[in-house]
Amino acid sequence: MLYSTIGHYSLILGLGVSLLIVFSSVKNFQNSKTVGINILSFTFLQFFFVVVSFFSLIISFVLSDFSNETVFNNSHTTKPFFYKVAGTWGNHEGSLLLWLLVLTLFIFIFILKTKNQPTKYKLLTLIFQQIIIIGFFLFLIETSNPFNYLFPSPDEGLGLNPILQDPALAIHPPILYLGYVGSSIIFSSALAATSLNLVSRKWASHIKKWILISWFFLTLGILLGSIWAYYELGWGGFWFWDPVENVSLMPWLALTTLLHCILVLERKSILSSWVIILSIATFTLSMCGTFLVRSGILNSVHTFANDPERGLFILIFLFILIFLSLFVFFFFHKNEQKVSHRFFWLSKETSILINNWFMMYFLSVVLIGTVYPIFLDVITSKKISVGPPFYNKLLVPFLIPFLLMMAVGPRLKWIKSQLEGKIYLITLLIISILLAYLILKNFNQNILINTVLVSSAFYLFFISSRDFFSDKLKNISQNIAHFGFSLFILSILFNNIFSSEIITNLKVGETFENSETKIVFESLNQKQEANYKSIIANFNIQNSNGDIDKFSPELRIYNQPIIVTSEADIQTSLMKDKFIVINLVQNQKFFNVRYQEKPFMLWIWLSVMLIAIGGLSGLLKRRL
Amino acid sequence: MYGRKVKLRFLFIIIILITLILTVFLILKSLEENVVYFQSPSEINSSAELNKNKIRIGGMVKKNSISVNANEITFIITDFKNEINVTYTGAIPNLFEEEKGVVAEGTLKDRNFFSASKILAKHDENYMPPEVKAALGEK
Repeated sequence: MLYSTIGHYSLILGLGVSLLIVFSSVKNFQNSKTVGINILSFTFLQFFFVVVSFFSLIISFVLSDFSNETVFNNSHTTKPFFYKVAGTWGNHEGSLLLWLLVLTLFIFIFILKTKNQPTKYKLLTLIFQQIIIIGFFLFLIETSNPFNYLFPSPDEGLGLNPILQDPALAIHPPILYLGYVGSSIIFSSALAATSLNLVSRKWASHIKKWILISWFFLTLGILLGSIWAYYELGWGGFWFWDPVENVSLMPWLALTTLLHCILVLERKSILSSWVIILSIATFTLSMCGTFLVRSGILNSVHTFANDPERGLFILIFLFILIFLSLFVFFFFHKNEQKVSHRFFWLSKETSILINNWFMMYFLSVVLIGTVYPIFLDVITSKKISVGPPFYNKLLVPFLIPFLLMMAVGPRLKWIKSQLEGKIYLITLLIISILLAYLILKNFNQNILINTVLVSSAFYLFFISSRDFFSDKLKNISQNIAHFGFSLFILSILFNNIFSSEIITNLKVGETFENSETKIVFESLNQKQEANYKSIIANFNIQNSNGDIDKFSPELRIYNQPIIVTSEADIQTSLMKDKFIVINLVQNQKFFNVRYQEKPFMLWIWLSVMLIAIGGLSGLLKRRL
Repeated sequence: MYGRKVKLRFLFIIIILITLILTVFLILKSLEENVVYFQSPSEINSSAELNKNKIRIGGMVKKNSISVNANEITFIITDFKNEINVTYTGAIPNLFEEEKGVVAEGTLKDRNFFSASKILAKHDENYMPPEVKAALGEK
């Protein structure tokens, strides 16, 4: 009760400080040499208010203060302490407050840390960022206040959806938001730089840090979400082309493209318009993500709260931002000085540009696949869904040239490159093709596209591993990331090609047997935990070599709200994951059993981590 | 004649245009092939022609209709007006229960029999897929 009040008024004060910041920035804009200590302290004050508000919400959750509507809707007294805290951002209101927290934190760090840039630029970035922040304040206070008061106060809350009670999902939103919100700084700064005609090599190397930071967190955030989906949803995969996943992939694609363009801008001071457009696109896509997930338009895993008013608000806000950015872009953006910069067809910048086009193609496929059903529903009220076959068909073939360019591109020089002394490129290509052919032949997989895909992934793999041992290694972060990507594609391919699955319905004591696997359903145990009852099934699984593995997948019946979840039992090893999950069929003695062997699962996670580490090392290198 | 530079630029624009058109064409084409339509039991009952493509059916699982053996699960989807028998082999989600909303993906064998290849997971007790809500609302 007390904390809700503190939190609520903190928010209003934070909004007030926003106006103060905008006012004093505009005042200082013409005649100030430095940003001014007052503006810096205002920015800190704003951050402070949001922190206070955020902590009041956490405390309300920890104390189970059910006079707070958000706490009532999403918490319960029997919930473990960890999930009481994590539940703070496991819901709509709390997660928006977290957005706001990160927004204010980032702009404070930006103002504090940015050196050697014109004051006007810093102030203008601050103003643009404040526009976004004010939008979020209004959104929070008007349509989704986390501190709504309930009277009379209920004795018990409704509880947090059990599938969200998971360590990976507890840290997934904060990490993902760091990525999303990082793009807001890029957005504001790109607009500011455009207005002041500052888009230059110097600006590029300054904003590159921010791009790397948000890219790193976005990559990690997506990875965490994916790992969670793998073991918690029990669908036996890591990516389902679910709209909500797509929505996080789209800003990632845009941001990755931007990351590569900014390198070209930094070195050659070309592609400046492209960089601006991408900066705007990345943030717009992040906002769209929030809009689509939070408005309840998407029919998906995350659809918990839906409220048309919220959707409308974000939509209007989004349009204002897009119009603002387009206005700035068209009226202020001057093309770079008329230096003749010749592109030779064989050069680093050409290869980056070509892969940019591929990225844009991937992005448009994902975008269309995600929004087309929404449009069709609005226009013709036909309900459709777009599934994995659509994406596989459109994306996979284009991965081949993409991988090849990724392998060759970094080996080329800026401006103009020769093919001389690059015989190893061709040798490695031949080796990759042979290797891929032999492996697939060995396992009786003679699909041409698989062979070509595996060979191009091997190609990238060999070339980037060769570079680790080269004494001329210039760009270690690029190399780590590209190496990680090749590993990623290889693991996915082998995972897809060599996975096997058994789905059957069994009673206790029954046995399923086919030529390779024997599944024995041994027994059933029950256990009572604080907020759920668990049913543990014990299986013995014997493979063709006679090795026996013991598995105990679990069903959890949560008491508040009453929901059944399956906890998969996964045995992870370097080479393959063994995955078993059970479901109870209602009113029957049968259990629905799904057993999968998935090779190289671990490598998918590790390779994405490598990619992220590549980005991180690029950031640290700058600092040294 | 135009200079070499102009010609190059021209070529460049043509290539971009062609790629753009190709992209849009490819995407729309595969959308057409890979889209899955959603229908309610009543819509199937009243449709003139049987849809042989992959579709989704949504509604309620009828009370006492689930039966299981080692290989398959059969149940009835109803929108309280028309019903359809579903046979299914595969994994079921936890919230698959009688008198709860369900969405099944698969192909129609005839007007009354549906062979499902996927049953979609729903993750919230109170959550009803918008399609199912709409299908039930039409009764």
